[in-house]
Amino acid sequence: MSGGRLGRSPRVFGGGTPLVYAVALLVAVVTLAPVSFAVIGGLRSNAQLAESPAGLPDPVVTDNYRRVLTSQAFWQYALNSTVIAVITTALVVVLGLMAAYPLARYRFRWREPLYMTFVVGLLFPATVAIIPLFVLVTRDLHLGNSWWGVALPQAAFALPVTVVILRPFLMALPDELEEAALIDGASRIGFFWRIVVPLSRPGMVTVGVLAFVGSWNAYLLPLLLLQGDRKTLPLGVADFSTQYSSDTAGVFAFTTLAMIPALAFFLLLQGRIVSGLQGAVKG
Amino acid sequence: MGPALSLFLLFVVWPIIKAVQFSVYRWKGFGPLTDFVGWRNYDSVLHNEVFTGALLHNLAIVALSLLIQLPLGLAIALLLNRRMWGQGMLRTVIFVPYVLSEVIAGVVWFQLLQPQYGVVDALLAAVGLEGPEQGWLGTPEYALYTVFAVLTWKYLGLAVILFLAGLQGVPEELFEAAQLDGASWWQVQRRITIPLLGPTLRVWAFLSMIGSLQLFDMVWILTGGGPANATTTMATFLVTEGTKRQNYGIAAAASVVLFVVALVMALLYQALVLRRDVRDASVGAGR
Repeated sequence: MSGGRLGRSPRVFGGGTPLVYAVALLVAVVTLAPVSFAVIGGLRSNAQLAESPAGLPDPVVTDNYRRVLTSQAFWQYALNSTVIAVITTALVVVLGLMAAYPLARYRFRWREPLYMTFVVGLLFPATVAIIPLFVLVTRDLHLGNSWWGVALPQAAFALPVTVVILRPFLMALPDELEEAALIDGASRIGFFWRIVVPLSRPGMVTVGVLAFVGSWNAYLLPLLLLQGDRKTLPLGVADFSTQYSSDTAGVFAFTTLAMIPALAFFLLLQGRIVSGLQGAVKG
Repeated sequence: MGPALSLFLLFVVWPIIKAVQFSVYRWKGFGPLTDFVGWRNYDSVLHNEVFTGALLHNLAIVALSLLIQLPLGLAIALLLNRRMWGQGMLRTVIFVPYVLSEVIAGVVWFQLLQPQYGVVDALLAAVGLEGPEQGWLGTPEYALYTVFAVLTWKYLGLAVILFLAGLQGVPEELFEAAQLDGASWWQVQRRITIPLLGPTLRVWAFLSMIGSLQLFDMVWILTGGGPANATTTMATFLVTEGTKRQNYGIAAAASVVLFVVALVMALLYQALVLRRDVRDASVGAGR
């Protein structure tokens, strides 16, 4: 599959030429250099960083990382990020499937207009509604500075893309499958739980991963809604960076530790994330 | 259906309707909406130099993305679309910046771009160049381009991955046929690969455009819209007006303008560019 097509005709198009490898190396270095500076910078002292910004640790300083890892705030931020992302993901997957299923498989009068409502929702970024959203969550619902206050709107704004990805998935399930299940005595609900849910797992994983990463990295909504010990990691990182902007080594250590969960998650589910994005684009 | 629809109506549709409503009132966030001002908030937003500047910055980012990220991403994807050692690893590497949040990427770059003590200036000094005295982010003439460079670092990987996926949809027989006819590598790319990649490129351009119009996180972290409003975007403008100055009416008017700009561009793009793909897809259906 991957990129071997031209390579199969080595006579004209060749495999990797030195030029190609040089470009590839350059791309890799430019991509990874900033991240590496952060990781390595966290292992140096501020004095070392001031003396030669691009140098290597000499000696290695573990104090920066230790300070972050022993600070209560860091773990509190990580906990908040995790809880909000888990609630958001669960809401998106469960409600998204419940919405996409009738839109895909039932015939009723308002089906297409309803579907179009979600599709148009794709065009509304949270940014447009951020001020009324802030008023709604804090004043009307009294959910300001709470996990649910961030997770509910995030899930709502993730629903359109979820429905758009899941509907074709569910439409593709053959009608015969449903007929067979009904003949065998399954109810419509039984068919949904025993057949539809297991069969649409790949689609659910895709939308789940997108929702989780989106929530984990979100900034604007948490910025307006969360304070104090309810802050998420991005808010914590931004705060740390402004409060201790001269403590470059500390900032590097903090950001490095904050990026580990997202990177680990990505490496574990890489294929899912990439195919999910491609699916969303081709959608 | 019910719970999903309620959630959607309450947190997406309702706030958007409220944004339109807020936009025709003068409201500081206290008490009922009583001070109806009609179009006056729109008038003041559209005549506000900071906002029109912000709109221009958004449009500049849209244009720069199309002019720089698109060719760059395409070139890298074309070069990598072959059997070569380490390709899988490179795909992983190139995607790393995309997975990081804009905040984390922004904070790291903010440190790297510090004047004099930052790594960027240190590396420049090593080859005999000198960064601007106030730093790349602190000099109005460079700040927007610097923000754009960081955005390119963060989002180029997505473009490359999507383009590579699109390239896998190009039928191999075409290459073999062209090759038998004696076409060079570049001729094959220009006459076959790039045209067939058209739908992928156009969808990427659409996503990039919408993203550029909503730009907030990276700017907020790197510059906060400064120096001297050199990097404000529509989103930073409306957040500043809303949360720092409590001008909810003005902020709402700005958000409606942001939405209308995005909608008009989306519809134009749909009509002028994406329609071709729908036509092509219906012709090529069943492939």
